[in-house]
Amino acid sequence: MIPAAFDYIRATSADEAIAALAEHGDDAKLLAGGHSLLPLMRFRLARPAVVVDIGRLNDLKYIRDEGDHVAIGALTRHRDVETSEVVAAKVGLLGEVTSHVGDPQVRHRGTIGGAVAHGDPASDIPSALIALGAVLVAAGPSGSREISVDDFFAGFLETALSPEEVLTEVRIPATDGAWGFEKFNRRAQDWAIVGCSAAVRADAGVGVALVNMHPTPIRAGATEAALAGGAGAAQAAEVAAEGCDPTEDLNASVEYRQHLARVLTRRALEAAGL
Amino acid sequence: MHWRMKAVERVSVTINGAEYSHEVEPRTLLVNYIREQAGLTGTNIGCDTSSCGACTVHLNGESVKSCTLLAVQADGEDILTIEGLADGERLHPMQESFRECHALQCGYCTPGMVMAAVSLLKENPSPSEREVRLGLEGNLCRCTGYHNIVKAVLHCAAGASATNGGAQ
Repeated sequence: MIPAAFDYIRATSADEAIAALAEHGDDAKLLAGGHSLLPLMRFRLARPAVVVDIGRLNDLKYIRDEGDHVAIGALTRHRDVETSEVVAAKVGLLGEVTSHVGDPQVRHRGTIGGAVAHGDPASDIPSALIALGAVLVAAGPSGSREISVDDFFAGFLETALSPEEVLTEVRIPATDGAWGFEKFNRRAQDWAIVGCSAAVRADAGVGVALVNMHPTPIRAGATEAALAGGAGAAQAAEVAAEGCDPTEDLNASVEYRQHLARVLTRRALEAAGL
Repeated sequence: MHWRMKAVERVSVTINGAEYSHEVEPRTLLVNYIREQAGLTGTNIGCDTSSCGACTVHLNGESVKSCTLLAVQADGEDILTIEGLADGERLHPMQESFRECHALQCGYCTPGMVMAAVSLLKENPSPSEREVRLGLEGNLCRCTGYHNIVKAVLHCAAGASATNGGAQ
């Protein structure tokens, strides 16, 4: 199917994109790589009156080693994250998780900022950012602000970004700790039925987050608390689904998702050496 | 100031080395532009869900699904389709390998498979069988003829390394 008609604005800077959003408000959607938005528009699940194309904002395509953290421009493609030596050395979990997103063609176009700003609970990347404790940087008419990943995902496909804000950067604390990622799906390239990211962070805490277990990407808080209290991987994984409100769909019942969360969390923790 | 497209806008692209320029609606998908405006129908449309990869072309040398790009996103860029792969009458080594290994049945997925496979070998010239299977996960064969497709890609990679070895 072909999307419904829309007006097209090609922004040549973040400021232009912010101005266009300020002018059109809720009628406008940002287009980065387009691999979340265009499928929705083709099914007419999204019908923005105005599409603001930020795909050519080359100054938001970068991966920088900032010592205690890695800064990734929002328009950086999955392919570039997946193959980055800086990412592999300092935030290895994110590189591994990114290599499981979609398929090679999707990763040639999709961007880290787009994947995060879409706010999809079934997306793999937010789980890595939650586990690693990332900070998201948003620019709006009144300047720039930092948002903790824990405050970012507000609801199903909803984020803390206001309608006139543009996500510009993702900052991930560096760690040389071990990590694990588990993704369960039935077919290649499918979304995760459930997934789990786990990372030993530089502060020696362990971050654990789940894919597709809640209306938003979600931290496995009970598991993290159990680990902090001295529990081993198997014991901590038993409480992985606590606090989660998963949905039932063609792939899985609620109970099956809870089961998968426990099993995948145990495997991810074991892969992280716990 | 941002510049704003009118209801119909001009898109200029290079496809297979030739320049094309047309007025399109912004909602025009790249695959429809390639097939209907540029008249190159070797690129197929297989699904409506960005899943099947039949529409795979190269954008600036990398595989993309042309059903999941707007034509306006490709404005000014370099596109290669299946029609541009052969050198005149001489097939591209990947096309030759698909022929040699019987890597097509109905042939519908073949243009996308070949384009995805060429992109894969550019990024990973000597893949393992597993890497080929993972590298082609974005392309579905409705005949389920994956076995010979994987063979063809490995055959092509082996041929390229043999050629390079011979040249040294």
